[in-house]
Amino acid sequence: MDISNYIYLSAILFTIGAIGVIVRRNAIVVFMCVELMLNAANLAFVTFARINGNIDGQIASFFTMVVAACEVVVGLAIIVTMYRSRRSASVDDASLLKR
Amino acid sequence: MTTRSDLVFLIALPLFSSALLLLLGKIANKWGHLFATVISASTFGIGLYEFFAMRSRSGDARAATQHLFEWISVGTFKVDASLLLDQLSICFVLLITGVGTLIHIYSIAYMSHDLDRRRFFAYLNLFVAAMLLLVLGDSYLNLYVGWEGVGLASYLLIGFWNQKPAYAVAAKKAFVANRVGDVGLSLAIMIAFTQFGSVTFAGVKSGAASASPAALTAIGAMLLLAAAGKSAQFPLQSWLGDAMAGPTPVSALIHAATMVTAGVYLITRSNFIFDASATARLLVVIVGAITLLFGAIVGTAKDDIKKALAASTMSQIGYMILATGLGPVGYAFAIMHLLTHGFFKASMFLGAGSVMHGMNDEVNMRRYGALGRVMPITAITFGLGYLAIIGVPPFAGFYSKDKIIETAFNAGGSKGILLGGAALLGAAITAFYMTRVFVLTFMGSKRWDDQAHPHESPSLMWIPMVLLSVGSVASGFLLSKGSALVHWLAPVVNASDSEGGVELMKPIVVSALALGVVVLGVMTAIIKYGRSVPVEAPEGSLLTRFARRDLGQDDLNHRLLVLPGQAITRTLVSTDYGFIDGIVRAVGWTLGYISTSLKKIQNGYVRSYALLMTLGAIALLATIWLVTL
Amino acid sequence: MSLLTLLELTPLLGAVLLYAVPRQNAKLIKQVAFGLSVVTLVVSGLMAYRFKTNATGMQFVESHSWISNFGIRYAVGIDGMALVLILLTTILTPIVFLAGWNEADNGRWSVRTFYVLMLVLESSMIAVFAATDVFLFYVIFEAMLIPVYLLIGGYGRGERSQAAMKFLLYSLFGGLLMLASLIGIYIISTNQIGGTFDLAKLATLQIDSGTENFLFLGFFIAFAIKAPLWPFHTWLPGAAKSATPATSVLLLGVLDKVGTYGMIRFCITLFPHATKTFTPLIIVLAIISILYGAFLAIGQRDINGLIAFTSISHFGFIVLGIFAMTSQGLSGATLYMVNHGFSTAALFIVAGWMVARRNSSQIEDFGGLQRVTPVMAWCFFIAGMSALALPGISSFVSEFLVLVGTFTRYPVAAIFGTTGIVLAALYVLITVQRSLHGPTTAGNEELKDLNLREKIAIAPVIAILILMGFFPKPILNWINPSSQQTMQAAGYSDPLPKAGK
Repeated sequence: MDISNYIYLSAILFTIGAIGVIVRRNAIVVFMCVELMLNAANLAFVTFARINGNIDGQIASFFTMVVAACEVVVGLAIIVTMYRSRRSASVDDASLLKR
Repeated sequence: MTTRSDLVFLIALPLFSSALLLLLGKIANKWGHLFATVISASTFGIGLYEFFAMRSRSGDARAATQHLFEWISVGTFKVDASLLLDQLSICFVLLITGVGTLIHIYSIAYMSHDLDRRRFFAYLNLFVAAMLLLVLGDSYLNLYVGWEGVGLASYLLIGFWNQKPAYAVAAKKAFVANRVGDVGLSLAIMIAFTQFGSVTFAGVKSGAASASPAALTAIGAMLLLAAAGKSAQFPLQSWLGDAMAGPTPVSALIHAATMVTAGVYLITRSNFIFDASATARLLVVIVGAITLLFGAIVGTAKDDIKKALAASTMSQIGYMILATGLGPVGYAFAIMHLLTHGFFKASMFLGAGSVMHGMNDEVNMRRYGALGRVMPITAITFGLGYLAIIGVPPFAGFYSKDKIIETAFNAGGSKGILLGGAALLGAAITAFYMTRVFVLTFMGSKRWDDQAHPHESPSLMWIPMVLLSVGSVASGFLLSKGSALVHWLAPVVNASDSEGGVELMKPIVVSALALGVVVLGVMTAIIKYGRSVPVEAPEGSLLTRFARRDLGQDDLNHRLLVLPGQAITRTLVSTDYGFIDGIVRAVGWTLGYISTSLKKIQNGYVRSYALLMTLGAIALLATIWLVTL
Repeated sequence: MSLLTLLELTPLLGAVLLYAVPRQNAKLIKQVAFGLSVVTLVVSGLMAYRFKTNATGMQFVESHSWISNFGIRYAVGIDGMALVLILLTTILTPIVFLAGWNEADNGRWSVRTFYVLMLVLESSMIAVFAATDVFLFYVIFEAMLIPVYLLIGGYGRGERSQAAMKFLLYSLFGGLLMLASLIGIYIISTNQIGGTFDLAKLATLQIDSGTENFLFLGFFIAFAIKAPLWPFHTWLPGAAKSATPATSVLLLGVLDKVGTYGMIRFCITLFPHATKTFTPLIIVLAIISILYGAFLAIGQRDINGLIAFTSISHFGFIVLGIFAMTSQGLSGATLYMVNHGFSTAALFIVAGWMVARRNSSQIEDFGGLQRVTPVMAWCFFIAGMSALALPGISSFVSEFLVLVGTFTRYPVAAIFGTTGIVLAALYVLITVQRSLHGPTTAGNEELKDLNLREKIAIAPVIAILILMGFFPKPILNWINPSSQQTMQAAGYSDPLPKAGK
């Protein structure tokens, strides 16, 4: 199988994720889309590591995973707090920065 | 050159006294005036001692110096605080301290009712110190310190009663007019330094010998500007009349006898400059001639006794300036007239003060009349001064003024005739207006109302007047006997014994002519004012009205300087805010506007930020792709 | 550690020490702060005593590596010019503390913060005159802005926030240009002698004239804003109107001198050729400043605004003297910086008292003060006389030196400058007449004259003004070698007398 298919898959996943972030209002879904984008990137990293025959990409993907894990912790905490204070998980309600 | 160590006391004593009286404040109220007077008298004592010490020396040893300390020293610009007492300065020292002391004594009584008498005496001593520094400094820069010092004292004294706005304005005007003159003095010093690398009198004198005529003329013109400011000469004369706002003893000391003659001192001191530049001399005589006529004409129209005397001072100093422009021999005559004028004008001013003292500070001569009967001593001393100024022999003015008229005629050619004619005409007008002053004040019928109780002034006031009037009788004779003053000053001003130039007329003819015009002037005045004088001034002819307005000097200054100055100020104030600061504010406003516009993008929706980010990333990639294509 | 570093640190340590005093005890804070400033004065006096008058070059030199990658060092040292400016700082600080004893009471923050900021400012002003590493100079030059910004914004009057912001932005803009030039000259130095910010080494660089002109302008505009020179002056009146008197004194009296000091120390020394190129333009700007400042001073209704514009006029004289490039001009300009410091201090302090008593800074609200408060009126009068450079008062010596120095090289400029003395007489005397003379304005009858503390505060300033008018010699002896060195660096020598000898 042509190894470039992995790259195409990664690009498609990334695009789906990006569109999800832009169009969805539910914070949880937005969050999951972000995760999707991160994993798309991970896939690309691993693929490139395979293509280049070294492990730099794989190391990068580990970093991404760690960051993603941290992000999950912080992000979910924020979403939960947001939901507690306003009884909604819609990102449009959190537009306080505007002022 | 002799070195002496006591010259500094001439300046230090009155300066110390002034500072002491000002710093002690009310504590010194009781004895301040006496202390100041004693200090002034002791400087006169030192002056006399120095004079006799100088007379006992001979030749070059007569001039004495004292080096005090190094004042400024930067690169080649070195100025020491040093004093120089030579034949010229000693004349001034004696005049300043002598007349000054008499006026201190007079002021004790004259100012006795004023709450601020101590402050007044502190200012008087400050003036004496500054004036002595002016005449004793051995360089132009030392002179400058004294020059501005007397200006400050004059400002403080004119504005002594500055709670009256008009008096405060008069003080300011005097200071500003003097400052215009000071620009001249500053520039003269700068040119001298640039040309000769020195600002001492000796240094400039030695440099002047080999200097370019243009530079000398420039220095001369600038010195003349300085002299015009200080001595109220055309075109900077307008402050002197207003300066009469000060207490009368001040007018006598500062604005008649001493400070206003500083310009004559400056030109005489700088004789080496003027001797070497005919153009500068010509400028000097023109200014002198214009001012002597100008002052005389203004004097004929003034009803305020002090302003009439002020106009007369201006005119008499015009004579002196004229004389200084007439070459080496003129300097001595200028100084002679300066000294005799110091006596008779101070005497008359003190007389005027005495009259005001008795008349509840009334200054309008139309409300005087017949005061001779109630104030006999004042009338006699004033009368002696009056006879001296119009030049009746054998009073002082006769000797000094005739010499100037004579020298003016001898200047040669049409210039001599013009200058001599102007001086002669001035003498006639002087006789007219001084007679007018005398007649209006002391003779004729009484025109004061019953509230006034004119009385003779106390002895502390009339004794100085008597002493000064003795001076106005005798000084001319004594100074000119055997050309005493001319010989005395010869080493300073390089005057030879013979009066240079072509002799147009014999001295006796000039004297006869002068006497003739004087009699004419006196007769005219007596005919006009001898019988009845209206209490309210008649409207008068166009010329009279013009002369009453000081020949339009203030109107001219107003139009030429004040109005444009105000316009410039107003324009600049609005430009500064509107334009220069406006640009700055415009920059700020523009940034603010751009920010407010861009703020709209920040709508607070996460997804629109995400969209923007995505679009940005796509644009970036597209750019990279296009560029690398 | 040299005495100089100790002097820099004294007020800074003092500021830290102030935090040991409880915030509520305002009186103790003031006393401690005053005491610390006196200690600083004593240390600076000791330094002046040890300063060798006739030695050339920098003294009290100290140098440590700071950011070694870029060759940046903590390098300090002073010559005569820096010494007199440091003395000016250390003398004025205790005086303004004493004069403005109560002016921090109604600020936005505590009294303690005010004195901490003041001491930090004093420390940085000493350091800025002492720095011989250009980067160190730049850092302190910018850091100084912070205390001043807070002092104006937190303790001032009227539109204080706006004035403080304008001051800050103006100065930052200038600082940015200077930073650009600084980087430029560093890069040139890396190519020629290895990267350094040492002033003496940078002065030896060979820079091509186009680059040199740009680098010069970067420095010059920063200093012209600070000085301030027309047309970069519009921040000053607002700052002067809003700041408290103590801040104004340090701002106009000392801090602005960094501008003129920098022109001598950096612009001329680093860029002698560009200096030559721009001299005509700068002299024109200086003349405009002299006359423009004077005219605007005449047109001012606010007494602090008036003092600000007189300062613009006086800074014109200083810049004129600097760029005349004669020993009289340079020494006169340096002396002028000191004299203007004391003269402005006297004006601001007395005006501050007048404003505090009358609760208005409009000149027309005063009037007849000479009868009501004679001592205060005298102090204001003497300060005014020093502003118009009356002979016998210190400013005369410096103003005349500047003019005579300018005249020997640029007579026309000197003639224009000299007419400034008439305008000076006008703006001083008009103000004196309106505020001190005339009948007493309604509402002023009960004003109190100076108390003992205020008399003690102003007495040294007036004594210095008069004493230095007659004995400027010691200070000139310190300044003259620096001027000679600057002239050598710029490749100028005094014009010779044209005739005689």
